[in-house]
Amino acid sequence: MKKTRSTAKPVHKPVFANGDDIQIPVFTLLKPDGTLYAGAGATSLDETTARRIYRAMLYTRVLDERMMAAQRQGRLSFYMQCTGEEAAVIGSTAALADADMIMAQYREQGALAYRGFTTDEFMDQLFGNERDTAHGRQMPIHYGSRDLHYLTISSPLATQIPQATGYAYGQKLAGQGHCTLTIFGEGAASEGDFHAALNMASVHKVPVIFLCRNNGYAISTPVTEQFAGDGVAARAFGYRMQSIRVDGNDVLAVYEATREARRLAVEENEPVLIEAMTYRLAAHSSSDDPSGYRSKKEEEAWHKKDPLRRMQRWLIERGWWNEDEERELTESLRREVLETMKQAEKRRPPALETLVSDVYAETPALLREQLATLKAHIGRHPEAYPRSAPWLDGDTETEGQA
Amino acid sequence: MSRMNLLQAVNNALDTAMAADERVLCFGEDVGVFGGVFRATSHLQEKYGRDRCFNTPLVEQGIVGFANGLAAQGSVPVAEIQFADYIFPAFDQLVNETAKFRYRSGNLFDVGGLTVRAPYGGGIAGGHYHSQSPEAYFAHTPGLTVVVPRNPHQAKGLLLASIRSPDPVIFFEPKRLYRASVGEVPDDDYELPLRQAEVVKEGNDITLLAWGAQLEVVEQAAEMAEEAGISCEIIDLRTIVPWDIDTVVESVLKTGRLIVSHEAPLTGGFAAEIAATIQSRCFLYLESPIERVAGLDTPFPLTLEKEYMPGPLKVLDAIHRTMDF
Repeated sequence: MKKTRSTAKPVHKPVFANGDDIQIPVFTLLKPDGTLYAGAGATSLDETTARRIYRAMLYTRVLDERMMAAQRQGRLSFYMQCTGEEAAVIGSTAALADADMIMAQYREQGALAYRGFTTDEFMDQLFGNERDTAHGRQMPIHYGSRDLHYLTISSPLATQIPQATGYAYGQKLAGQGHCTLTIFGEGAASEGDFHAALNMASVHKVPVIFLCRNNGYAISTPVTEQFAGDGVAARAFGYRMQSIRVDGNDVLAVYEATREARRLAVEENEPVLIEAMTYRLAAHSSSDDPSGYRSKKEEEAWHKKDPLRRMQRWLIERGWWNEDEERELTESLRREVLETMKQAEKRRPPALETLVSDVYAETPALLREQLATLKAHIGRHPEAYPRSAPWLDGDTETEGQA
Repeated sequence: MSRMNLLQAVNNALDTAMAADERVLCFGEDVGVFGGVFRATSHLQEKYGRDRCFNTPLVEQGIVGFANGLAAQGSVPVAEIQFADYIFPAFDQLVNETAKFRYRSGNLFDVGGLTVRAPYGGGIAGGHYHSQSPEAYFAHTPGLTVVVPRNPHQAKGLLLASIRSPDPVIFFEPKRLYRASVGEVPDDDYELPLRQAEVVKEGNDITLLAWGAQLEVVEQAAEMAEEAGISCEIIDLRTIVPWDIDTVVESVLKTGRLIVSHEAPLTGGFAAEIAATIQSRCFLYLESPIERVAGLDTPFPLTLEKEYMPGPLKVLDAIHRTMDF
């Protein structure tokens, strides 16, 4: 404000500015065929990190295929795929320190895969069984991991964005050189929470990176009906924040952009907005049918820009990967997912006590009473509650949680 | 001991909390150098620096979202919403985020460090938007703790307990009492228990239950009733949720009569919840129907504020109705 007040020049005719003279380019290094653009600078990606990224991308693709199939078979209630957006999610995660915080929306399982979330952990959450750390309280895909610095997913859109600003403010005060990456869709960027978060981050100079996955659609609503401006990247200027638009299907570009964003965030306390241009190749969720709002032709055009194929060709070209390795890994991942799923779906549901624990640090008396009443009721009608009735038979292990 | 008004007690509690724990941060609109529009955060920036006490942009959803993130990170944020009437842009962050943080993550993450303070209640000619008592909205959300103090001593002890509670707390400060309520407050660091009502005055014939500024109102009604020979027991609920059922039940088992009074509108107010619970637990001991003395089911008015408010005479009438039933 001070700055604007002291530098704005007076004019004597009404001059309106519309921002059209600012054209934000798309940063890209890798062509769709996996070769580098002429003039593309050297990548800082080393072989180990590159392989770790690609493995996580492949893992995510396999996981999504298998779990969507499981949902179609009626084994899983709900699912959401990351398909098409793996480079945006995993490339950005790879550019962070592993102890940096990630606050995602719901389609970012690739970040967890990169950080080492196990197939058991994925499956236990998806099936909401007794080993799910959140005790089957949330719908499938609402993962979280304290060890992996990945905040538990929450369905309401954009709520994590101002939280990321606050979390990063705390990281700045703690002074250990960590930052927060928050990821969200271009639809979520219409929410008030997005604007609040960017403004506060810029005012308070907070080490946070805002990564928008502009995947073309918020469920069925295309970007043309989401905003009239130049995408999401341009909004940063209103908050005097640095902003970059990147080809979200180009893992090298996403990685380099996020790496530099992290440097700005951590070393200079400058928040950054990244708009990753990508495409949601799959449906919004297992409950959605995209044929009602977009064409096969459009989808096919984006299949040709598949981020996995693009990275694979680049890796093979460098001698860091080969097709045999790809085949073996894909096969073994499929087996691993299937076997783990079979185990997870057989596990018991969470203990009845977990229904009332964690509402408060210490369960209030009234809620303990409600649990006792519920137990007595289930005891009278065990046939009506097949999931929880077996827990009534003297299971004391989880008693302490209530 | 020092003589303080309620505002000074709040300021003293924040000062005490910030001195004791460097993770405690205070922020909100005009909270920084100005010390808040009511001056609850006076001199805190001067003492603890701009990193720990600061202004935020004017965006309540952002303030609470930011505070949720800070609490998840391990800081102890005390966020101010300038008036409880303006808390609604933050309703989503409070109801869907703050309240569910621990539950939805299976205790992997929590925002227990969070306290949201907001001046609250009527009596200052504040009209629709500087007068409301929105506690019932939040009482309907499991995971939230809602606290309302009645005087300076209570304000300091309950605010310190709220800041240090392992659960997020919404702390409503009756702003009519900010300067009007003056009393002795210990200078040292002390906490008063959350989830515990307090029997402020013992009596035998009828129980009067209230919280915040309404305590003073039921005390005045009780004095008038005593002149007519009616012995009133007065309870300050203090924590609205999770509420102390046992203390209220114990009292009603003794008196057989209950009046619950709050400034918020009658319909769906927290008195309804209390009445339902007490009638089910004390049914055979009740001598008369449980009465509610509350605000009208209207937006909070201005010129006719006194008519809207559940003042001492309305409580007194209810006492007589109950006694004569």
